[in-house]
Amino acid sequence: MNEVISYVRRPELMTFTMPLVALLGAMFGFITGNIFGSPWIGFVLGAAVGAALAFVFSKIVKMKSKQKTLATAVVFGVVGLVFGGLGGLFGGFLVGISMGWFANWVGSGRYRAGVPIYYTPGQVLWHNAFLFICAFVFFFLIAPLLPVVWLSFNAENFFTFTPEMLSFKAEGYSLKHYRDFLGTDEWMVPLKNSLIIAPIATLISVSLGTLAAIGLSQSHVPGRQAMMAVLISPMIVPLIISATGMFFFYAPLGNWLELQLGLNQAFVGYVKVILAHAVLGIPFVIITVTATLVGFDKSLTRAAANMGANPVTTFFKVQMPLILPGVISGGLFAFITSFDEVVVVLFVGSARQQTLPWQMYTGLREQISPTILAAATILVSVSILLLLTVELLRRRSERLRGMSPG
Amino acid sequence: MRQKMRALMLVAPLLIFVVVTFIVPILSMLFRSVENEIVPNTIPGTVVALSEWDGSTGQPPHEDVYRNLYIDLFKAEEAKQHTRLGTRLNYEQTGVSSLFRTTGRSLDDIGELWQDPLEAIDPNFEEGSFWFEMMSGTGGEGFLEQRRELMAAMSDENMSGDVGFVPSAEIIEMLPWTARAYTDFALWAAIRDGDTVAEEDPWESVYGALGMDLTNPDTVSAINSYNGAGASALQAAAANIDQLPDFGFREAFTQEDEDWGNAEVWATIKLYSPSMTPGYFLNSVDMSLTPDGVKMKPDNQQIYTTLFTRTLVMALIITGSCILLGYPVAWLLANLPMRTASILMILVLLPFWTSLLVRTSAWKVLLQQQGVINEILVWLGFVDDADRLILMNNATGTVIAMTHILLPFMILPLYSVMKTIPPSYQRAAKSLGATNWTAFWRVYFPQSVPGIGAGSILVFILAIGYYITPEIVGGTDGVFISNRIAYHISSSLNWGLAAALGSILLVVVLGLYWCYDKIVGIDNVKLGG
Amino acid sequence: MQLIKTLTASTAMLVVATGAAYADDHMASDMTLVSWGGAYQNSQIKAYAEPYMEMNPGVSITWDESSNEAVAKLRAMNEANNVTWDLVDVVAADAMRLCDEGLAMEIDPDEVLADAPDGTSAEDDFGDLLVSDCFIPQIVYSTTFGYREDMVPAGTPAPTDICALFDTETYPGMRSLEKRPINNMEWALLCDGVAKDEVYSVLETEEGQQRALDKLATIKDSVIWWSAGADTPQLLADGEVFMGSTYNGRLFSAIVEQDQPIAMLWDAQVFDLDGWIIPAGLPEDRLNRVLDFVKFATDTQRLADQAKYISYGPARFSSAPLVGKHAELGIDMAPHMPTDPENAKNTFLYNYEFWADYRDDIDAKFQAWLAQ
Repeated sequence: MNEVISYVRRPELMTFTMPLVALLGAMFGFITGNIFGSPWIGFVLGAAVGAALAFVFSKIVKMKSKQKTLATAVVFGVVGLVFGGLGGLFGGFLVGISMGWFANWVGSGRYRAGVPIYYTPGQVLWHNAFLFICAFVFFFLIAPLLPVVWLSFNAENFFTFTPEMLSFKAEGYSLKHYRDFLGTDEWMVPLKNSLIIAPIATLISVSLGTLAAIGLSQSHVPGRQAMMAVLISPMIVPLIISATGMFFFYAPLGNWLELQLGLNQAFVGYVKVILAHAVLGIPFVIITVTATLVGFDKSLTRAAANMGANPVTTFFKVQMPLILPGVISGGLFAFITSFDEVVVVLFVGSARQQTLPWQMYTGLREQISPTILAAATILVSVSILLLLTVELLRRRSERLRGMSPG
Repeated sequence: MRQKMRALMLVAPLLIFVVVTFIVPILSMLFRSVENEIVPNTIPGTVVALSEWDGSTGQPPHEDVYRNLYIDLFKAEEAKQHTRLGTRLNYEQTGVSSLFRTTGRSLDDIGELWQDPLEAIDPNFEEGSFWFEMMSGTGGEGFLEQRRELMAAMSDENMSGDVGFVPSAEIIEMLPWTARAYTDFALWAAIRDGDTVAEEDPWESVYGALGMDLTNPDTVSAINSYNGAGASALQAAAANIDQLPDFGFREAFTQEDEDWGNAEVWATIKLYSPSMTPGYFLNSVDMSLTPDGVKMKPDNQQIYTTLFTRTLVMALIITGSCILLGYPVAWLLANLPMRTASILMILVLLPFWTSLLVRTSAWKVLLQQQGVINEILVWLGFVDDADRLILMNNATGTVIAMTHILLPFMILPLYSVMKTIPPSYQRAAKSLGATNWTAFWRVYFPQSVPGIGAGSILVFILAIGYYITPEIVGGTDGVFISNRIAYHISSSLNWGLAAALGSILLVVVLGLYWCYDKIVGIDNVKLGG
Repeated sequence: MQLIKTLTASTAMLVVATGAAYADDHMASDMTLVSWGGAYQNSQIKAYAEPYMEMNPGVSITWDESSNEAVAKLRAMNEANNVTWDLVDVVAADAMRLCDEGLAMEIDPDEVLADAPDGTSAEDDFGDLLVSDCFIPQIVYSTTFGYREDMVPAGTPAPTDICALFDTETYPGMRSLEKRPINNMEWALLCDGVAKDEVYSVLETEEGQQRALDKLATIKDSVIWWSAGADTPQLLADGEVFMGSTYNGRLFSAIVEQDQPIAMLWDAQVFDLDGWIIPAGLPEDRLNRVLDFVKFATDTQRLADQAKYISYGPARFSSAPLVGKHAELGIDMAPHMPTDPENAKNTFLYNYEFWADYRDDIDAKFQAWLAQ
């Protein structure tokens, strides 16, 4: 996308902008008309409104485009309020924003901003259609999370949008599920357990996995393919089989630790779950770190050795900073594997090691309560923060490597 | 060489860790799919005796088999193992479970048929100490160890330790059945219950066993010339055989439950008496091992082939829709400036980081008939209130929800491969006169194939192993084979069948993995970064 | 190899440090109780566990919500010789299975359980409900139907007969049934004209099983199959189904506590029991602790107290007259009990023995039928 050209030509109003905006208006009109049972009247009205909007926009030059959009949204919203109440206000506002934005986008010619000047109209259409497809996929990815956030404020104990919620009345909403989550041992103990188990398991998978990946990346390691297959296997074996298999391994191991080494039962319980989760996280670390090492310049380690650094110094001072993004990203995958794992912990863990997903699972099965959604909302917020942190870290590491961020 | 060693040293800790904590447990779990030791371990004598029986005659087996069954079952009942055996055999023949359970309860009654008259003949038989004195002696150490091993295998417990009893060689030869029953009793009393053998009254089975011995004319003549401990009581019993029941154990068993006379039941037991069985694997492809050979199951019980095909087909559909949705997004991310791409990447990673359970329940809220999507469509007037779309509790629900859940696993590898494709190639192609489409299809797309491969294999493998999402949104025709595996592990407790189903699934996955490694190479799998 | 050493050492230190931090967590007198979670477990905590811990401040109780997988897990624990549970709440059928396999301890009710206040022995007080030698009953519950009152078509009387389940013409809408043959096969036969006491003898035959499946097939397209106890109340609350089967306590909670427009259909409710079992082979000290708890938790007053929190009938005869009002809502609990004469006009008795034998076989057919 380096060939972005900022020169923009304003398209014809009569032959281009007006028909297009009218088309969008017709679509919205059709849908709105459908609600009242007469889609085709809506179609015609919508087209008229669209054409008028495009015309008005092109005549008003003083307002900024954002203001125009907002004004359209407000007008549409008020009309919606008159005809369809609160839902109409909301719907009208949305339609207004879309129409206003579209009229601006088409009318000002900005729709060509992302493509080279020599593109034919067909190519421009395809380019923009492609962007819309991508936007749809992003919507598909994110949209299911919205009802989660919304329902977590439900005043009732069901996963249902109550009429009070839909009409935005205060009594339909409450923070009680957040209080349930933050205020009871039922949820706080599992959260604490998850926060103990996931980091330690991640640490184990990352430390062992990074070493192994470095070993594997050296040329001519005998049996490389076979070793790789073994190390990746925890990702391949269906979880339910891993879970039962591990149960029969860890139970006697736990006995041995308790009886022979005299370790305390709760501690042994944690060790079992941590080890099980560490194994599950390993393939992710191996894969990401190996991938980073493929692009690693070996002459750097040789240079360090030439200058008299021992292997350990070389590792920490030269290799590590450069493969760090891979290590971190592998670690994040390993962390999330443990933090979101429910099948294995159900078998390997005991009640004292109940993790957050386990509590969610029993919660879903035994009492469908929006507390789970409150938990999820909090976790989503935390992960947004984490992701942003990682992004900042990544930018920093790129500066270190001497690459300029694009 | 030193380099190689160093590399191996680096890999070794992890390799050992994974092999010990993962590979070995999985293999031992999968071994359960052929393992069938419960039958020969629980009723060892019966299994041996039954091997001579010809099931094709339709006649129940010889009296000897029933005698062995009585001795075997009695101790199995003490160890509560007989119902486990019943459950195991019930997988193959319905009704065996209750046969073993109800018979287990009446084993004492059967023994008392002999105990009461024997005690009437000579009250000495009531005394534990009398029995102990009569049965003890020397020379029976080998016999004791043999019974000890059988007992340990049957009860799955450690039976080592001092019994305080050694059977006499003379008695073993003269009263073989009694010696077996009494030695079993002694082992159980001394080691499992921690009692002194001489102070305990023997099991009812010991009396039954004596009854068995007394039916043998050779034994009777041997008793008459016997002069060791308890000789007078034994001789009295031998002289009054007519006071003992005049029927054998076959009749005693069939009186308790007529199924014991059913040749079909015995044929099943015989068929499943080896310590390894192909039965579970046959079951998991809708076949069964019957006395008449391997047969397809009746139509109304065939389920696993359907489920395997469905799992594979749906995993393919899910993989396909992930490619369709993921490819454009990955392309966009790879071709946008870094800063914008990173922000958009968060949109991809966010759902990935949200608990699977939460996302699945979110889909439930969206897809159900009174759910968000249907509500909106009805409100907009596109769908009639009376016939709302059925989007979940069927295959559609599973495909939608799982595509959403697995999409990041497609986008991330695709993205990391596309990132490495230099844009100059495509530009070169265009400047040579290729159309946009040709430039994409002939130049760009082939270079992105490794990414598609990596993403597909990841999504496909993860998809066929899923069971929580299909369980929640899949209804009846959207569930996978993993759901059945989970069911057999946690509800029906048919772990052998679960292991067999799992092994088949694993072989399919490994086959795919192998193909993938041959075609693309496992090193090319990248996740993000 | 300095590196490996450093890493191993630091990992080990971290693990040990965490271990030390938790070492004092495990008190000598800790019990792990296994139950179902949700409102039911809550009623147990309120009615027995909290009063018990008040009386015995040294005791702490850990709850494990694994009753759903109790049989599988206990079997695995037993195989691995590592039973970490002290007391397990299971349904009667599971208790029998565990008892049969020697995974649960056999108990003598008169010795282990408290007598009724009037001196009646425990064995007589529990009576027929002691269905297995290992089973200590707590409650009588029933699997029954709830329906949406507002979805009954106008002008049609509310359903009073179980066979409304199969009458999709009079009562349109989806139904929710449990994804297993138990109970469903019986209801199907009852509504196909089989007399109540002949249901199991019909179900023993191939033809009878097919007959039940054929009857279910008439509504197969309008059934949502549930596998978790919380599903039906949720489906009813959403208006997703018109009627659905579930445990009566769940319906009580949705109707009375959550105030949903749902009503009970008690016809042909299937009685079942739920209670404790003690895992076999507990060490002496743990066993004594558990026995002390069980004696307290299953006495007449405690069982009656439980009914304050959930609408399940106490398993002791002597508890029935003590059943009072709901702890928070203050309504009379007796009319909400499955055993109330008004509700128990037509009940169906679950045959444990039959299902122990035919479960695998009929389940295979049922699942194949579902998958078709």
